[in-house]
Amino acid sequence: MSDQTTVPAISSEAAAVDLDHPLLEAIRAGVPGLTGLTIGEERGMVQVQLADACRIADVCDYLKNRAPVPFEMLVDVCGIDYWDSEPRFGLVYNLHCLSTNQRVFLKVRVPSGDPCVPTLTGLWRGADWMEREVFDLFGVRFEGHPDLRKVLTPDDLEGHPLRKDFPLGNVDVWPEGADTNTAR
Amino acid sequence: MWMYGPKERIRIPQGEVISRKWKERCARIDPSFQIQHSLPNITPFIITPKPMPDIDLRPSRDLHAETLTINMGPQHPSTHGVLRVVLELDGETVVRCQPHVGYLHTGIEKELEYKTYQQGMVLTDRMDYTAANSSNLAYALSIERLLGIEIPPRGQMIRVIMAEISRLTGHMIWVGSHAMDIGAMTVFLYSMQDREHLLDLIEMCAGHRLTPTYIRVGGLSDDIPSDWMEKAREVVAQLPGMIDQYEDLLTENPIWISRTQGVGVITRQQALDLCLTGPCLRGSGVAYDVRKALPYCGYEHFDFKVPIGETGDVYDRYLVRIAEMRQSASILKQALDNLPDGPFNCQDPKFIRPSKTETMLKMEQLIHHFLLVSEGFKAPRGEVYVATEGAKGELGFYIVGDGSNKPYRAHLRSPSFVNLQSLATMCEGRLLADVVACIGSLDIVLGEVDR
Repeated sequence: MSDQTTVPAISSEAAAVDLDHPLLEAIRAGVPGLTGLTIGEERGMVQVQLADACRIADVCDYLKNRAPVPFEMLVDVCGIDYWDSEPRFGLVYNLHCLSTNQRVFLKVRVPSGDPCVPTLTGLWRGADWMEREVFDLFGVRFEGHPDLRKVLTPDDLEGHPLRKDFPLGNVDVWPEGADTNTAR
Repeated sequence: MWMYGPKERIRIPQGEVISRKWKERCARIDPSFQIQHSLPNITPFIITPKPMPDIDLRPSRDLHAETLTINMGPQHPSTHGVLRVVLELDGETVVRCQPHVGYLHTGIEKELEYKTYQQGMVLTDRMDYTAANSSNLAYALSIERLLGIEIPPRGQMIRVIMAEISRLTGHMIWVGSHAMDIGAMTVFLYSMQDREHLLDLIEMCAGHRLTPTYIRVGGLSDDIPSDWMEKAREVVAQLPGMIDQYEDLLTENPIWISRTQGVGVITRQQALDLCLTGPCLRGSGVAYDVRKALPYCGYEHFDFKVPIGETGDVYDRYLVRIAEMRQSASILKQALDNLPDGPFNCQDPKFIRPSKTETMLKMEQLIHHFLLVSEGFKAPRGEVYVATEGAKGELGFYIVGDGSNKPYRAHLRSPSFVNLQSLATMCEGRLLADVVACIGSLDIVLGEVDR
């Protein structure tokens, strides 16, 4: 498992911080007690960095239901393993606003010790499989998820394949009890 | 007609004069027998039922309270691949429906981290193999956004043509297989035949029918061949007629209507709640199309409409896709008419291989070629996401670059994967036969779901 030590360490680089972004004030006013919020724009993407991952559901709730321009659609949840840096895991939530065609990318970081963030399934039922995919491939747990099971990999596969310390190949993926001599 | 006498079985032809011989025979058996020249008025022979034995035949358990759980798939023909749906049935009604995926998981996202940017391109074909150019385009656009390069107008226009041809081939497979699942066999034969013409167009450019990898980072693998335009115009001119043919077979077909209308309804609110995109979202009445909302490749210069449905049932999703095929045909015609001259690749030699002639004649070009093929180019650090409208919905790659020649992380926003979640909402409370119609109307490709 840990034979891969040459993976280059990378840390998510904060986009150029935009202190006058209208969304910044709106989120601060809408979600009280929020600290460590920055907004930047990079390569045409509005990126909202949220230091406190536990507040992600509150911020999404505000953006979906109470914001002046509501972001009705959750498009994507993407997990990233910033190996060798702490907090290790990154999550990118991709929200879309139908009326203005705006996109925001909400970014949070989750520590490797107990990777856990609140679920968004209460806001969008469609977050269900997206979060299950991140749980399956990265091992990030989603607090309050109704059905947090593996979705893509076999049930008896140990580990989380998209973590950087999971090797490519040389992992037995045959289900338990399969006759691997004839199958190969 | 048979009548059973006390000792012997006698056949009496109904309503006919019985011959003397029969008459004698009947009289011998039963002296009171009278011959009737008209329809004989025969007293029916009533079997007195035996008294029922005094046993309580009522079921010991209440059968209606017990449900049956069955597996549909992963080898079921109408699951479009290896989808397994666990259905809990109460009689014929679906109580609970739970799709299980992952049978085709090949770890493409992990594999992409170990391939250079150009090498990874071939893996994207294998995701949505019914419309492979769309996945190529999404991957190429994300990397180009990361690199900050621009594609010249001709390259962009050819990309649009390829993406629309792919959308048409994807929808043609869908209309054929969806109709065949429900029982209309004929459409499949026509749509697969028509699809071959479009695949021929792709093959002429790329050399492959299904896995073209024609769209590359920095442009295209090659320019279109000289005789291609003529062939393409010919096929595009036939497209409206082809689509008419499918509509003739299905749109007003009473069986088709009764199997699809009111089935698998997803309201506008439910569609947004389930994070649907593509024709499934538009069928529910949300006019969201990435080509209009966040235009790429110059889609903002084309004149096309976004068809939407009203009720969000299987029939509406069918109508939306059919209308989309007509819009694609119109985009293709506009693109072919306005195809500009000029270079098709970006002119930065850092990303584009030198021409074959130069490679064979000049040492520097050979070294350049060798380096590009073996090492590839390096991309800067950064994170990008470019949304595109694939045949199934919003298709986009989230790519994290770490300054090397390989992506640090490449994540596919797979429309089929996200759309498949809505199967439970569509099917629960409906009949078992509707499950097949609902799966077909989602238009999933398991290569993209599991990737």
